[in-house]
Amino acid sequence: MKFLAALLAFAAVLVAGLALAAGRTAKPAVVIERPGACVEATEVMRRDHMKLLMHQRDRTMREGIRTKPHSLAGCVECHASRKTGSVLGEQGFCQSCHAYAGVTLDCFECHAAKPRAQAAGAKP
Amino acid sequence: MSGNPRRGFLGTAAAALAGVALAPGIRLIELAGARAPGEPVTAKVRWGMLIDTNQCATGCTDCVTACNRENGLQDTGRPRTDAQWIRKIELKDLNGGRQHSAPVMCQHCAHPPCVDVCPTGASFKRADGIVLVDRHTCIGCRYCVMACPYKARSFVHENLTDQKPDVPRGKGCVEGCTLCVQKIDRGDGITACAEACTKAGHGAITFGDLNDPQSAIAKRLRELPNRALRADLRLDPGVRYAGV
Repeated sequence: MKFLAALLAFAAVLVAGLALAAGRTAKPAVVIERPGACVEATEVMRRDHMKLLMHQRDRTMREGIRTKPHSLAGCVECHASRKTGSVLGEQGFCQSCHAYAGVTLDCFECHAAKPRAQAAGAKP
Repeated sequence: MSGNPRRGFLGTAAAALAGVALAPGIRLIELAGARAPGEPVTAKVRWGMLIDTNQCATGCTDCVTACNRENGLQDTGRPRTDAQWIRKIELKDLNGGRQHSAPVMCQHCAHPPCVDVCPTGASFKRADGIVLVDRHTCIGCRYCVMACPYKARSFVHENLTDQKPDVPRGKGCVEGCTLCVQKIDRGDGITACAEACTKAGHGAITFGDLNDPQSAIAKRLRELPNRALRADLRLDPGVRYAGV
């Protein structure tokens, strides 16, 4: 009987520990601050945004086509946080999700993480 | 097309309209710009510059400042390693003693040696003659820096922040003058340096389409005696110099 009680207590501790661990896991902060339709359906964007970006970057770079909607600047324009003005940071749209998915986010070593108006020094 | 004869007619009508002369020397297609914004660049246009060193003021660095501002080049306080897209050089004729100065940037060669030596294909020439670096494929080997006879390329040694949205730049890549490609694609039709030089009243830099005989640059090229720097290398640069 004593043994059973100990086992139960151990199980309780284990469950509590797991619950705590679940609370500690960093969930991505997908905050849509400017509601409305994205350039593609949400499912497509979730899975394939990197492919769209990759395709468009070559068209922009090599052929000078800057009118198509799948540009990184376009992402930043809509998804930059109102608070920080950036897609980076702990709550940033891009960084929080990439951190959760364990994906290295190299884009913003070169590309601006803030929208045009702000990067130019204008007030948001 | 064959099912609808009107389409064929419309196409012909549009083509005819595009060539209609509005006034002598001005045609509708030129007013509309070199290309529609969504169209890829073509070799019909070749962008270039004419630098009249007689107009270039000694000590003036307005073009360099404008370039830095437009492209977000920051001063780190370490000029030896800072990226430099335009160099202002002072020239002196050792025989006569004549002194003048000129800005030197990427000369946007028709046969660019930087493209020849690039092992990854990152250094490339766009159809409209602009020589660029694709930073996505640049590995920072700096072969192009060595190959360029004009010392036009810089290497980014340090982490950068606050880049311009239209001018992505980063550590580990080579870069150089882009002829303000973001401005050209926007349809501004002028580079930041040429704009600043005109604004300062020097008017030493003329930017335009070398292939268009009606453009301001083509007219000046016909009027002023001019040459390419290191013409002996036969690289056919898009940047020409008068008065050197």
